[in-house]
Amino acid sequence: MSADLTAKYYDLHEHDHPEGFSTALGFWIYLMSDCLIFAMLFATFAVLGGNYAGGPGPKDLFDLPLVAVNTSMLLFSSITYGFAMLAMQNDNVRQTQIWLAVTALFGMAFVGIEMSEFRHLILDGAGPQRSAFLSSFFTLVGTHGAHVSFGIIWIGVMLVQLGRHGLIAANKRRLMCLSLFWHFLDVVWIGVFTFVYLIGMLR
Amino acid sequence: MLNILSAAANAVSAVTERPAAPWNPALLGRLGPDAIPHEPIVIATFAAVMLGGIAVVGALTYFKLWTYLWKEWFTSVDHKKIGIMYMVLGLIMFLRGFADAVMMRGQQAMAFNGNQGYLTSQHFDQVFTAHGVIMIFFVAMPFVTGLMNYVVPLQIGARDVSFPFLNNFSFWMTVGGAVLCMASLFIGEFARTGWLAYPPLSELAYSPDAGVDYYVWCLQVAGIGTTLSGVNLIATIVKLRAPGMGLMQMPVFTWTALVTNVLIVATFPVLTVVLALLGLDRTIGTDFFTNDLGGSPMLYVNLIWIWGHPEVYILVLPIFGVFSEITATFCSKRLFGYTSMVYATVVIGILSYVVWLHHFFTMGSGASVNSFFGITTMVISIPTGAKMFNWLFTMYRGRIRYELPMMWTVAFMLTFVIGGMTGVMLAVPPADFVLHNSLFLIAHFHNVIIGGVVFGVFAAINYWWPKAFGFKLNRFWGVVQFWCWVVGFWIAFTPLYILGLFGITRRMRVFDDPSLQIYYIVAAVGALLIAAGTAAMLIQFGVSIWKREELRDETGDPWGGRTLEWSTSSPPPEYNFAFTPVIHDIDAWEDMKQAGVARPTGGYRDIHMPKNTATGIVLAGLATLCGFALIWHIWWLVGASFAAIVGGAIFHTFNYVRSFHIKADHIAEVETARDAQLKGAAA
Repeated sequence: MSADLTAKYYDLHEHDHPEGFSTALGFWIYLMSDCLIFAMLFATFAVLGGNYAGGPGPKDLFDLPLVAVNTSMLLFSSITYGFAMLAMQNDNVRQTQIWLAVTALFGMAFVGIEMSEFRHLILDGAGPQRSAFLSSFFTLVGTHGAHVSFGIIWIGVMLVQLGRHGLIAANKRRLMCLSLFWHFLDVVWIGVFTFVYLIGMLR
Repeated sequence: MLNILSAAANAVSAVTERPAAPWNPALLGRLGPDAIPHEPIVIATFAAVMLGGIAVVGALTYFKLWTYLWKEWFTSVDHKKIGIMYMVLGLIMFLRGFADAVMMRGQQAMAFNGNQGYLTSQHFDQVFTAHGVIMIFFVAMPFVTGLMNYVVPLQIGARDVSFPFLNNFSFWMTVGGAVLCMASLFIGEFARTGWLAYPPLSELAYSPDAGVDYYVWCLQVAGIGTTLSGVNLIATIVKLRAPGMGLMQMPVFTWTALVTNVLIVATFPVLTVVLALLGLDRTIGTDFFTNDLGGSPMLYVNLIWIWGHPEVYILVLPIFGVFSEITATFCSKRLFGYTSMVYATVVIGILSYVVWLHHFFTMGSGASVNSFFGITTMVISIPTGAKMFNWLFTMYRGRIRYELPMMWTVAFMLTFVIGGMTGVMLAVPPADFVLHNSLFLIAHFHNVIIGGVVFGVFAAINYWWPKAFGFKLNRFWGVVQFWCWVVGFWIAFTPLYILGLFGITRRMRVFDDPSLQIYYIVAAVGALLIAAGTAAMLIQFGVSIWKREELRDETGDPWGGRTLEWSTSSPPPEYNFAFTPVIHDIDAWEDMKQAGVARPTGGYRDIHMPKNTATGIVLAGLATLCGFALIWHIWWLVGASFAAIVGGAIFHTFNYVRSFHIKADHIAEVETARDAQLKGAAA
């Protein structure tokens, strides 16, 4: 009787939680907090985006075709990251690495184009100090760009770790988190492209 | 590329031009000899802190405790030890924040009839700013986070949190923020802006020195820690509950912790952004909150209160959980209205998001907007009132034992209700136009934060101390503390209510009207009484540790607890539970006691546990250094420390072996000793 009760109230044959049992959830929650950071920057842009302070506005500054090319870089990188995940599912380390490298290249192209855009703006006297519109523009777009840059560093680290340990469970978990992160940045960029550039040109 | 950098650098230096330090300006940024304090009060404090610090370091070295502290505490990923360290941090910072309070009370009681008091305006403004910042961020937050860290995994039958390393890192980030805040006392100055640093006052144009930068970066460093600890505890509560514990079987404290951590993750990013934008304004000269070039100070006020209002619920919700546990335990009854308690908690969590504008009714939003936020604010008192009735109905016909935690609970109920009612008064926009920024407001929020959070933390310390250390706290000194605090609170803050109704505003350093002095003197007497209560608390800790053998609890369940943390030994073994309990009732441990369940006495298995790591303290130390460099514009150090953080984090990811197994033999040994202890206690 007493032994039965003990067995009813204690898990006598329990197994450990598998390693990384909470990682996906935890990373997702972290991403949501990051999403809020972007939400606040979008809100700031929405409030201040029309305050040119007598300075240049979107129509004077934005080069839509260039931004379209840039957007396509990021969208392509999301597709190639998807290919990397497919290769991971097939346990093909080499192919995973190749697609990750391609993703990183697209990412670098994106960051490179963005930096040259920033460079032009600053040299034209439209730096973040010029007006509240430009402050919020640089901060929103720059924060996204900084995220992409960290994503690229992370891909670099993953390439090395895949080379060392192959597609072990821990690395698969990390690739999945990185995947969430990368696609998340893509989604945020869609918002940036729409609200900052497209609607900016309509303003 | 060089062009853009130099253009950016020019723009930066154009905005942040300051008189260069006469010696080696590049190396130390704007940190010069003038940053060293020259006010007698600060110098004396500095000397005392240095002497005290040297004494502590000397003692630790003499007794060879460094290795012990480093291995067993600083690098520990055990949620119990991290929880205790949070409480220690909160206590230390409480003494600092309270010293600020006493200084303000003293100044205001003196500064009449042409007397300037003993604090200069520069100093006084820093004192009230530091008091608010410290009490909220480095006292209340560590206390609440510490309680959740310690108690939640035990209550849900888990062996640790979901991400133990992250937990250690979060703690050290909080410490890093506190260190930066304290450093401002001796290197440079703290903000003189009030605890929320409203622009344009907090902008470079009006606050050119490093004070606001200390504010921004100490909160930024601590805020990252808080956000990550929120992520961690949500994942823990969602994923690591013992079998059988559905959401609606969770102890109420765990429920409040869950809602609180959701609020943390959903609001601290807002604080991060708003502080980052203010930092950008001050550091590189952007125009977010400036008066000119299109900036909007009101945007700052909105954003900071979108964080700030949920923040007060982040503080008080877990405390509601504490009182729920205590009321049920000391009335030996199931908590009245568990379901309504849970829903009330969730509703408060949601409503806390739609009330922020009541902090600035007077700033011209118009009648409709003010009405909306006034009504939502009043609506919050409904779920809060429901909780109050639940506690009362739990007490009704209960066998109430007035142990210290229960005494604090009753004091809370009486005090908090009055604070809540004055809050509803402030929620009426026309009334707020009269009371805004007055001492009535100050009295109101101290009424709810002291009456709620502080009393709750004292209740919680007295309640869970025996669990953490294996002995109860001394009752006599606890009672002294209780009466000094409760009576002292009312003596200190009732005059403030009255002064507020007279129309006296907050943050005044000197006064013209001599008829007001008596109120300030009474308030100062109250503060002294509270100081006596605080001393009694420290004596209580000391006496209890001294006489711990007399106060020893062998059972692990000294109060007749109802939730799972009382089912283990006190203090619990590092793995918390040799076997994970299976839950069949909300009051799981009470249920097990009623059923007469025997502890398993054999068949132990290896337990998988996380390994300690120094990464958390190292990375947080680097982040603190980076913050310090940002405050003083020491750019090479900013770059170096930031690179070191990234490098260190990457290095950490190359470590794949982060856990180990506690062997079954060891567990058998510990558990056999525990069986013997329990037999001894029963005999």
